Amino acid sequence: MATLVVLIVFILFLAAILTGGYNRRYLDLLQENWLWNWITTVDHKRIGILYLIAGGFFFLMGGLEALLIRIQLMFPNSKFIVGDVYNQLMTMHGTTMIFLVALPLLFGLMNFIVPLQIGARDVAFPFLNSLGFWLYFSGGLLLNLSWLFGGAPDSGWFNYPTLALNDFSPGPGVNYYVLGLQIAGIGTLISGINFLVTIINMRAPGMTYLRMPLFTWTTFVTSALILFAFPPLTAGLFMMMFDRLFETSFFVTAGGGNVVVWQHIFWIFGHPEVYILVLPAFGVFSDVISTFSRKRLFGYNSMVFAVVLIGFLGFMVWVHHMFTVGLGPIANSIFAVSTMAIAVPTGIKVFNWLFTMWGGRIRFTTAMLYAAGFIVNFVMGGVTGVMLAVVPADHQFHDTYFVVAHFHYVIIGGTIMGILAGVYYWWPKMFGIKLDERWGRWNFWLFYFGFHLTFFPQHFLGLWGMPRRVFTYEAGYNLELGNLLSSLGAILMTAGLLFLLYNVVQTFRHGEAAGPDPWDGRTLEWAISSPPPAYNFAQTPRVRGLDPWWLEKHEGDGKLKPAEPLGPIHMPSPSHLPFVMSLGFFISGFGFVFHSWQVGVLGLIVVVVTMYVRSFQEDPGYHIQPDELKGVEH
Amino acid sequence: MKIEENASVAGLPAEPERATLEGKNKILGFWLFIAAETTLFATEFGTYLALKGSSLNGPTPYELFQMPVVAASTLVLLTSSLTSVLAIMGMHENDLQKMLRWFGITILLGAVFLGLEVYEFVEYIHEGHTITSSAFGSSFYLLLGTHGSHVLFGVLWILGLMIQGRNKGITVHTAPKFYVASLYWHFVDVVWIFIFTVVYLMGMIP
Ligand SMILES: [Cu+2]
Repeated sequence: MATLVVLIVFILFLAAILTGGYNRRYLDLLQENWLWNWITTVDHKRIGILYLIAGGFFFLMGGLEALLIRIQLMFPNSKFIVGDVYNQLMTMHGTTMIFLVALPLLFGLMNFIVPLQIGARDVAFPFLNSLGFWLYFSGGLLLNLSWLFGGAPDSGWFNYPTLALNDFSPGPGVNYYVLGLQIAGIGTLISGINFLVTIINMRAPGMTYLRMPLFTWTTFVTSALILFAFPPLTAGLFMMMFDRLFETSFFVTAGGGNVVVWQHIFWIFGHPEVYILVLPAFGVFSDVISTFSRKRLFGYNSMVFAVVLIGFLGFMVWVHHMFTVGLGPIANSIFAVSTMAIAVPTGIKVFNWLFTMWGGRIRFTTAMLYAAGFIVNFVMGGVTGVMLAVVPADHQFHDTYFVVAHFHYVIIGGTIMGILAGVYYWWPKMFGIKLDERWGRWNFWLFYFGFHLTFFPQHFLGLWGMPRRVFTYEAGYNLELGNLLSSLGAILMTAGLLFLLYNVVQTFRHGEAAGPDPWDGRTLEWAISSPPPAYNFAQTPRVRGLDPWWLEKHEGDGKLKPAEPLGPIHMPSPSHLPFVMSLGFFISGFGFVFHSWQVGVLGLIVVVVTMYVRSFQEDPGYHIQPDELKGVEH
Repeated sequence: MKIEENASVAGLPAEPERATLEGKNKILGFWLFIAAETTLFATEFGTYLALKGSSLNGPTPYELFQMPVVAASTLVLLTSSLTSVLAIMGMHENDLQKMLRWFGITILLGAVFLGLEVYEFVEYIHEGHTITSSAFGSSFYLLLGTHGSHVLFGVLWILGLMIQGRNKGITVHTAPKFYVASLYWHFVDVVWIFIFTVVYLMGMIP
């Protein structure tokens, strides 16, 4: 029955795609609808906002899951959430936060800001940009629908076989994991390629590689990591999918398969993934610290070098997640050394940030508070990271709360705080209004204190032997106080984030206009109006040095120098095809989750048809004439 | 976006595929996509090497592979790489008919390759070597299936581009598409050379 309904919907959709709409009048009405405008947009700034909205929604989901976990662990022997539901919660919390929250929120900032920072009118592939977003969103939606239909995945975010295979996870949960991440992963890869080409080919004249702001640099390196880290995940997810749906034997030992193959593939993706998440945050902090210290970034060249080196080394350390597998002392030693080596470029960055602040006229805005707080967190997370790289010690730490504390220090203390700093810093550019600084300080201090209260005690819980992923603990083993503090901290963090939400709502209702350059910024995005017009720059600017806007303000006449005469600006047309294509993937994924290969194949046919339609489409775009440009003196 | 594309200029630039920023972006983006695909295939090769010894009760690689068919497939696919080069040469000479003719031969050879591959797989299945028979079977069919579906995709894609070429001719707008499709075709060929070496030739060692 369900198959039939899906089939009918499909044929309707196919007819709609092929005929260009049910009828003209209806189509015209639709095209004026605001929702339709957002669905079909190819403007990098609007897509950036879409990423922030979708990422924020999944943040809410992942946050609630974390809160439920902490409520269960608040007291020993709780019965609030036990067994399988707990497994689903902790799996979905991890998967959601890594794949659907951290990276997409960063993508939101990158999409909005990077083209502005390099003086471009748009990204290289506006159509693919939209496709990347909709694929991510449909993959995330598919994954989260598991809560409603059939149960969520429950084998942890790294989904190890044999636990993840049919024998031990018989429900559809892991199918959702495999297919949802597959779809979202393709979207991520597309976005990565888009950013790379944008940064290589679309820089304004004079914007050489060594004049790019650090946020653009980190976006560049992160995109390169995505390019090489996500395809192994794609391959691994295919194998997992085939093992579960088509009875293959990649990881089934009875069929000659090998579970360690999955572990290698997953961590060849998984370790670069943590740098994919943290490097853009480094970029945000570099820009924020330099702006609010009113100094150019200390050791700019070494900062760039360190980012590239971290990205490179990030691919040579994956086995540190597998020290206890038993790969032998030689493999373990090599990977222990390469892991510790990463501390060197990271140390360079920490000192450069400190030296940037040294002697600067520091303004402690909310963004700057997050940046300063981050340095403390990251030193702590780095120290525990080096501790974990020591193989014999790792045998003690492995699978305990010590590891949980470590990676939350780097991912919340680094990535999430980087995102929050970026949101406060670029909010006026995105929406033309500043977030309120007073509520911002409440937000920061509650979140920051709550964060340490949650995760600092977890180091000790781990050292005292509390295993991760277990839904409760016995009284009388000295674990009560640590867990209670940790849960109270989680509540404080939630309160901190509620202040952010309140702040957003309040400032949208009665915030005052921020103007183009509220922070006395240094980079190109602060030279244009807030929010920027659709075409970003009326004339492509000519860049004359590092921190080009600061240079024009202090050594020029305070205006950007144009690199081209005023003329008509070519803009790409909006398109509904990315949405339709993602819908095809979504339906296909849903079909495969429930072993219905008919629906799965039908969804893929929709994908192929839309690809064909796109290939045959001529997109002439449209032009904005010079007299339509705002704020330009003729 | 700032370079105005004008498809109706008299005479085509020497390298029409790179004449616009759009074309340059497309070609660079495609090279990056090929880099990503390389990593995907590398993962599948690694998995195959790790699992090829686990053939359980089924035939081992040495007992299974039929070199004559494989050699024929290799020859067909390598020739198709050559014909796609000739097609791009036709494009650079602004000779639409030449380009279409050689692209036509290219996808024809691609189709022959697919036919041979299907024949080969049917033979293997008769000998008890299937995707579910063992880890060797799973990793073998995943690797070759991924490659084969790339060939199929390429055939369908180039077919679509040929129709576009017939309708629109060679312009600065269509040229990057033809160029990128030929890059793709070469890439699929290179992967096959690795498959030929790693799977078949190394499989000949008992
Ligand atoms: Cu790691």
